[in-house]
Amino acid sequence: MRIDSRERFDAAVSEALAGREGHETEILVCCGTGCLANGSQKVAEAFAEEVEKRGLKAGVGLFTKKTGCHGFCEKGPLVVLQPSGVLYTKVEPRHVPDILDKTVAKGELIPRLLYKDPSTKKPVERYAEVPFYKNQTRIAMRNIGKIDPADLGDALAHGAYAGLAKALFEMTPEQVIAEVERSGLRGRGGAGFVTARKWKAARKAKGERKFLLCNGDEGDPGAFKDRSIMEGDPHSVLEGMVIGAYAVGAHEGYIYVRDEYPLAVVHLSLAMEQARQAGILGRDILGTGFDFDIRISRGGGAFVCGESSALMRSLEGKTGEPRQKYVHATERGLFDCPTVLNNVETWADVGAIIQNGGAWFAAMGTDKSKGTKAFSLVGKVKNTGLIELPMGTTLRHIIYDIGGGILGDRPFKAVQTGGPSGGCLPESHLDDPVDYEKLTEAGSMMGSGGMIVMDDRTCMVDVARYFLRFLVEESCGKCVPCREGLKQMLVIYDDLVAGRGRPGDIERIERLSAGMQLGSLCELGKSAPNPVLSTLRYFRDEYLAHIEQKACPAGICRDLTAYEILESCEGCGVCLKACPAEAITGEKKALHVIHQGRCISCGACYEVCPTDAIRFFPKAELAPAAAASRGGAS
Amino acid sequence: MITLTVNGKTVRAREGSPLLEAVRAAGVEIPTLCQHEALEPWGGCRLCLVDVTRPEWNGWAKMVVSCMYPAEEGLIVETHTERVVETRRVVLDLLLARCPETPLIQRLAREHGIEKTSYLPNPEPTDCILCGLCTRVCDHIGVFAISSVNRGAGREIAPPFHEAPPDCIGCLACAEVCPTSCIPYETSDARRTIWGKAFEMVRCPKCGKAHITKAQADFYAGRNGVPRSYFETCDACKRQEMARTFSKLSAGAVGGMETGKQGNRETGRP
Repeated sequence: MRIDSRERFDAAVSEALAGREGHETEILVCCGTGCLANGSQKVAEAFAEEVEKRGLKAGVGLFTKKTGCHGFCEKGPLVVLQPSGVLYTKVEPRHVPDILDKTVAKGELIPRLLYKDPSTKKPVERYAEVPFYKNQTRIAMRNIGKIDPADLGDALAHGAYAGLAKALFEMTPEQVIAEVERSGLRGRGGAGFVTARKWKAARKAKGERKFLLCNGDEGDPGAFKDRSIMEGDPHSVLEGMVIGAYAVGAHEGYIYVRDEYPLAVVHLSLAMEQARQAGILGRDILGTGFDFDIRISRGGGAFVCGESSALMRSLEGKTGEPRQKYVHATERGLFDCPTVLNNVETWADVGAIIQNGGAWFAAMGTDKSKGTKAFSLVGKVKNTGLIELPMGTTLRHIIYDIGGGILGDRPFKAVQTGGPSGGCLPESHLDDPVDYEKLTEAGSMMGSGGMIVMDDRTCMVDVARYFLRFLVEESCGKCVPCREGLKQMLVIYDDLVAGRGRPGDIERIERLSAGMQLGSLCELGKSAPNPVLSTLRYFRDEYLAHIEQKACPAGICRDLTAYEILESCEGCGVCLKACPAEAITGEKKALHVIHQGRCISCGACYEVCPTDAIRFFPKAELAPAAAASRGGAS
Repeated sequence: MITLTVNGKTVRAREGSPLLEAVRAAGVEIPTLCQHEALEPWGGCRLCLVDVTRPEWNGWAKMVVSCMYPAEEGLIVETHTERVVETRRVVLDLLLARCPETPLIQRLAREHGIEKTSYLPNPEPTDCILCGLCTRVCDHIGVFAISSVNRGAGREIAPPFHEAPPDCIGCLACAEVCPTSCIPYETSDARRTIWGKAFEMVRCPKCGKAHITKAQADFYAGRNGVPRSYFETCDACKRQEMARTFSKLSAGAVGGMETGKQGNRETGRP
């Protein structure tokens, strides 16, 4: 049915809700990328098969659906039963009959599938009681995990497009912009530009053609929030874009999705097709006479294409390289027409803002950063996954209350935010509220919401080097400071980790960083020194140890680190098996020995030793003879 | 026309024209490597950086590349502030590491007080600074024979698949605009080679000079819809021919030239 009036829209929503009434139990199987990788497709199929086989559908009113990412990737595949809200983790196909027989039929819980709180060791029965979820506020991700992304009816039943209906039937474009302005919404792609200001400028700009773009080129290592939104609730993105187009007066839009996100493309395409048929996208939207359609453009996998001017050039069919912008894209952007570019998450926020009002959104967050923000929480944290929280939440709350603390209860060392353009923040910043300003002040940035937690077994010089290596590959190479600067910066870091650091290296790093920040053409080059400068700012001692003592305090840089087995060794032989270089010998139940000449300093023995009987120390302390024999052996 | 200030000196400029023009009009010299008056500005070499500000910015200034920043009324431009000069120095230092043996870069670096690069000199010295002038002039002509390939540190200028470029017409424009003369070519009356591709030459029917490749004549004729023979005559002979025509015209001997007759009638000359 094509929706062409307010009445028809309300009828479509009622119909969608009515269609669900027969379902007493909903079985939600997470089919986000993380859970799919853990085999959730098979779990979903097993449910469908068992339900069919038992003929339960009619009688009990069962309903299985594959949803987008629930966020708690660490414990996948995840299954949530609604309306009871029971959460089962790490579900396998063999558990399916049990779940149906016990939980669905009789309401009995299966203890071994329940999530256990690592601090209390007690099982948590309900989804909403799990600390990982309990502490979240989901707006951009409001329907992810609840809806079947391939079913428009399901989305409508969960409130999708209600904001769009309100905008088109009750508001003028100016009112829409005013509402977004009231919300204080800022760009979720990282830079934090005020969304309403962009829209206003584009609305005012002269031009017959105007474009609306969605940046889905999320390329930061460790970030996957945009992916999960596009995969799990593509309708929220479409809804935001249609509202934005109405506000700006645009009739053409593009979603630029990186090629590594095939499922996002499938779900977006499906959602667009269904939306077109329903009259939500394309010609005469909701019968209001407003036209707007969207095309998907698949990126070629270049990180720099997430930069707005490079993204637009790529859309134009040219090489995805940035161009200097002294005129805003809102005046001259794609094909030199007025263009609004917003991030996936920003678009996903818009529908909810219109539906609930700007004041509702602005009530959350801090002075200058309003609403909620999605983060991909990864690294050495117990609960990795996708989270959304009010702005201003402290890093400590995120890492310890939601993330459950550091893996193996090791000491926290740093958290990297903002991807390769961001920085590493130490323990002293754990109580900082997370917002655009605070992160920038601390030498990092919001970026696209990647959050990588690091423990004490992390070398900060090595971390900076990791990001440099990423950027050296991803710099487009158009301007000298970024192309040559990154190359030379990496040379310095290669020397540092190999014990070839020299006095004056820190000054050279700082000088080069300043040149790159001031001289580079685009934000990639300008922000490329951030990982370098933030580690230098907070972990200068580690740099000095690398340069002066030729030592890596974290024991990570292989050329600087040696291992040895202590007297307390019980001779269990675990390290011997783990050693890839056959450098460990020893009889069962007797002290084992590492032969320095063969040791490659990989640290595998250290990681596996159950009695902490292996220590690492600076290689420089090895007796010259041992060092020489190592040299001879290698 | 608008008025702006460059290093304290008031200059007039076309509104929206590249700031670099105003800077040069003010008699101030700043180095550039990727800029060419015949081509659109590109902003890659970053040497023409300047600080711009306005009185109402309360002391805040932004660094922009003058080859691309549009001239505005009342803009205050400073071309040699400390941070501008320092950034230029970092850029030249990096270029010197890339091209340690290139005279142009050595000279520019020396002019900025750099005798030896502070970075690791390129173990495989090159003269190519990746200014992109060659590919841009090629695109501008409409040939698209060469382009930059790969990204980041691996970026280089090359014909497709590093093979003799099928679209190249051997016009030598790329070699001509190259600021470091690092595109090798050979040309003689019989043959020309560039980018590993050999070209047959066309001789001028009047003076016999081999002035153009056959591929060039074909390309220009095809693109402009002008008879190929027009391009076969060399520029010098064409000019002489033109001069002769004009001198005949002014002497009143129009000798059956269509255009001459028309021009004569319109101007009312005898």
